[in-house]
Amino acid sequence: MNAASLNPMILTLVTFLPALGAVLLMLFPRRARDIRWFALGISIATFVLSLHLPWHFVNGHPGFQFQVDRQWITTPNIHYHIGVDGISLWLVVLTTFLTPFCVLISWKSVNDRVKEFFILLLLLETAMIGVFIALDLFLFYFFWEATLIPMALIIGMFGHERRIYAAVKFFLYTMVASVFMLIAIIWLYAHTGSFDFVVIQGMLASGQLVIPAHIAQWLFLGFFIAFAVKVPLFPLHTWLPDAHVEAPAAGSVLLAGVLLKMGTYGLLRFNLGLFPELARRNAPWIIVLAIIGIIYGALVAMVQPNLKKLIAYSSVSHLGFVVLGIFSFTQAGLNGAMFIMLSHGVTTGALFLLAGMLYERRHTYDITEYGGLATPMPIYASFFLIITLASIGLPLLNGFIGEYLVLTGSFQARARWGILAASGVIWSACYMLWLYQRVFYGEVKREVNNTLADVNARERTCLWPLAAAALIMGVLPMVWLRPVEPAVSRVLAFSTAQVQSAAPSTMSNVNAAAPVAAPVAAAVPTHTEQENGR
Amino acid sequence: MTLWLIPLLPLAGAAINGLFGRRFSRKLVATVALAFTAASFLWALVIASRFLSGGQVPIADHVATWLQIGDFRIEYGFLVDQLSMVMMLVVTGVGFLIHIYSVAYMEHEGGYYRYFSYLNLFMFFMLTLVLANNYLLMFVGWEGVGLASYLLIGFFFRRDSAADAGKKAFITNRIGDFGFLIALFLLVKNFGTLQFADLFDKVAKYSPGAEVGVGVLTAIALLMLMGATGKSAQIPLYVWLPDAMEGPTPVSALIHAATMVTAGVYMICRSNAIFSRAPIALTVVAIIGTLTAFFAATIGITQTDIKRVLAYSTVSQLGYMFMAAGVAAYSAAIFHLMTHAFFKGLLFLGAGSVIHGVGGEQDMRKMGGLKKYMPWTFWTMFAATCAISGIPFFAGFYSKDEILWQAYSSPHGSWIFWLVGVITAYMTSFYMFRLLFMTFTGEYRGAIEPAHGHGAHDDHGHHGTPHESPWMMLGPLVILGILSVVGGYVGVGHRFENFLAPVTPSVLSEPQTAALAAPESAALPAQQSEPASENSGLEDELMAISILCAFSGLGLAWFLYVKRRDLPDKIADSLGGLYTTVLNKYYVDQIYGAAIIRPLINGSRAILWRGIDAGAIDGTLNASAKGAQETGGAFRRLQSGNIRSYAGWVAAGAAVVVIYMVWMGTR
Repeated sequence: MNAASLNPMILTLVTFLPALGAVLLMLFPRRARDIRWFALGISIATFVLSLHLPWHFVNGHPGFQFQVDRQWITTPNIHYHIGVDGISLWLVVLTTFLTPFCVLISWKSVNDRVKEFFILLLLLETAMIGVFIALDLFLFYFFWEATLIPMALIIGMFGHERRIYAAVKFFLYTMVASVFMLIAIIWLYAHTGSFDFVVIQGMLASGQLVIPAHIAQWLFLGFFIAFAVKVPLFPLHTWLPDAHVEAPAAGSVLLAGVLLKMGTYGLLRFNLGLFPELARRNAPWIIVLAIIGIIYGALVAMVQPNLKKLIAYSSVSHLGFVVLGIFSFTQAGLNGAMFIMLSHGVTTGALFLLAGMLYERRHTYDITEYGGLATPMPIYASFFLIITLASIGLPLLNGFIGEYLVLTGSFQARARWGILAASGVIWSACYMLWLYQRVFYGEVKREVNNTLADVNARERTCLWPLAAAALIMGVLPMVWLRPVEPAVSRVLAFSTAQVQSAAPSTMSNVNAAAPVAAPVAAAVPTHTEQENGR
Repeated sequence: MTLWLIPLLPLAGAAINGLFGRRFSRKLVATVALAFTAASFLWALVIASRFLSGGQVPIADHVATWLQIGDFRIEYGFLVDQLSMVMMLVVTGVGFLIHIYSVAYMEHEGGYYRYFSYLNLFMFFMLTLVLANNYLLMFVGWEGVGLASYLLIGFFFRRDSAADAGKKAFITNRIGDFGFLIALFLLVKNFGTLQFADLFDKVAKYSPGAEVGVGVLTAIALLMLMGATGKSAQIPLYVWLPDAMEGPTPVSALIHAATMVTAGVYMICRSNAIFSRAPIALTVVAIIGTLTAFFAATIGITQTDIKRVLAYSTVSQLGYMFMAAGVAAYSAAIFHLMTHAFFKGLLFLGAGSVIHGVGGEQDMRKMGGLKKYMPWTFWTMFAATCAISGIPFFAGFYSKDEILWQAYSSPHGSWIFWLVGVITAYMTSFYMFRLLFMTFTGEYRGAIEPAHGHGAHDDHGHHGTPHESPWMMLGPLVILGILSVVGGYVGVGHRFENFLAPVTPSVLSEPQTAALAAPESAALPAQQSEPASENSGLEDELMAISILCAFSGLGLAWFLYVKRRDLPDKIADSLGGLYTTVLNKYYVDQIYGAAIIRPLINGSRAILWRGIDAGAIDGTLNASAKGAQETGGAFRRLQSGNIRSYAGWVAAGAAVVVIYMVWMGTR
């Protein structure tokens, strides 16, 4: 069978395979051991399947590929419209790449209600992938909210001491924020008769839909607040440390690795995609928040007594870079933002896995409980070191590329942004190296730590691929950046065109059903199947 | 030409030892590390010989694209010109010798494979730094040597002081790197490239004194200087280097004396096209260098730990190199960099041999009389001490004298630089011979039957009486000793200067160019040929003064530490507070701690975390959530109820929505 013939259904397969697995899990295996192996098999199969996407992705093409567009509900007019472009492509792969490690890290640490746990995990995977591929606003909102439930349950049922508080805080925080997005989506539907992102974008670009300025600002903010909470952008970040500390390791990995990127993805896709001019106008204050986040997150991370809280605050700092890159409106900044989303997923995912391994041994995240671990756990210490270095942006590891690009881009946009944000390279070294020293160097302070076992085969299976990914992404970043660049250029060109209001000539042929949305959008590649308006 | 082999061979060694070294025997670990370093050295020699026999100059090697955004492209590309050839040979040559030395020195230490893996990794990054053909790849090496240094300083990581020192080194360097990074952003923004060749072509269009672009170039140069002060331990970022002595002594020799710390000097010389067009920045470089040279030398006089004396001496000598670079005498800076690599590498290795011989003791007050126990170490260290003190006909004499002369006579120079430089030379001679006399002459003051000193330092305390080191360690000492004597002769008659001339063309400001009205080719040798006749007399007089300084420093050290050994303590007592201040390194560490580090940590904890995060933001949210809870009865149930029933409700709601939609969709 020709692999390319998979193209029309590949996205649906990748998205719903985990959910299918969850259903099967509900029905069949009973023994905990079988459940784990089954979940692992499903998650690996999903990952392998998702590799079809970059493999068959047409690099030079800026628009959506592997599209499917079917009418789902006629009234309201909701489509099952999915597709990926360079922006969402790697985020899907990142999700499928991280999930098997989440299964592995939960192998021993989840002993109670094993079946429920893995069902939730697989459902969460489907929802997360769905967020990245949905091109219908309603569908997007559906998946967006759908991620909340399994994640809140994973935190609330399988978390640590204060899990209920954390789960409720997480749920309410993001739920309340996404209500604003829902309102914005409904407004758009009421005025266009469509939930279709591509259609609405086309109508906005062509001037077919003109939103009064004051309303447009509210719509922009509606989307923005939902995404900013998710990112999380200062000062809306306080749910994150609590959620991380209480979440089980797998929850933290996906939370930091994928869920946060849903926020930055949303900013890039919807705030920039639908309201480019407003995004530019609002950029200054958003960037101020991003830069505060970078510095503030790092400084607060530095003084955390809790390992997971430290990593959580470091995420606030890293995600600040992403937001800065996005709103710098430069090619380098946007490419860099995309790259940080991926590299942060790998390194912070790995950090939470590492934290989970420590927790399995000692049942505490209190940094003062450790010290001198490099002696009993040398291999673990080496992996931790590599990931630490990747996280603080050492060149030839993945953290550097994104940071460098974002800083270059923001410096081009406005020098003082780049300078302020660049101080992050100092802060990150401070908090990570201090952490590393307190956990691994010196004499072993607690007697019990002398006998800690080094990483076992299962744990090494988790750590090797992530460490390798950190290195390869740093050495050969173009593998990832090449598909990203055209899509990012398209967003940029689109926003430039909007700002100069020079679009009409190219946009005149846009009608409600056409998928072409932006000035530079080229012909849709032949293998994507258009099923519009059937 | 396959230049990439030179850095990559040590990387392969590092990878093999790093991945599999735990299972290897010590012999195999050492063999792997040495073989790959030797291969890199040999290949460097091959390249150099082709280069010198009139091959294509410079040699370029474009391997692959690393990063590309639009038209902006960064490649994995390497370059050998006169400048990087000198660096390449110094790094691989001295590096190889120190690898050999380490085999014996580290024999009794744990983590043998780790040590050699890190050391090879260092070679990889250092060679990347000096061979890169663009700034970003240079930055890779730049950060990478910082990493290797971090790992090796903290090699004895069970010791808290070692772990602290490693972290301090990395973070201090990062502060400098912050400046370097911004310099790179400015370069990209203004010139659109980071490739040396393209960039310097574009920069060359600016002439110094011209209005346009000089501000930008000055800013770039000053930011690069910031990076250089971190890496090369200059004021105000020098504080990490003395602490870096926590690392094994061969590491101090290789990284913290011979190679890595000179990276800042190399970077400034590499960027001479920029610096020469930014006279203000040049002057700042010279001032910082001069101050550092003097300041560190004063501290060196008072220290009693043999490695700390050498550390401050390194800071001071690096100051000389900055002084030279700051008066646009780049070749003099590189010349001194090279001779310094020989004699300072040797001094550290000699110190290591001493520490090895006396069972791990580093305090010179407990040494003495070692000459008769370890003659080889003594004589080689004697040569190096003469070299660093500027005793005529030793290597350091030529390079230091060249710097002092340039500091005085260069268009960017000043008699002040020269004067401070000469005073510093006097102090250098004094504290170095002090070291030599305290260690090797008089009676042995240590315990003859020392307790096993294992674990305290990177020591080798397994014998009672002091003893000479094995040949594996003495061999490198002897080779470096020879180089410390003859290494200066390459500079006689401006040969070294002329060799580097293609890389460091002289740039004169517009008025000067106009005044000279000389063709481009004549501009370069102007300093030596045209004013030579009238200046040679002056040059000789200045040289005589510096020779006098060197010998009088020696003489004073002899008087105080051989002839009248009771005097130093009395002098110290009579100086009182001044002496204590210098002994405690002017309390700079304490000042940094009180003024920067502690406020930062306490502020972050009390204001940012407890105040803003937990207090302001969460406080507000919790209050409003509570408000909502009290008004909404349903909410109260949800929040106080258990999470499973709550989640159950959500799940039920979601299920209803899904069923409704599916039903609508399939209708």
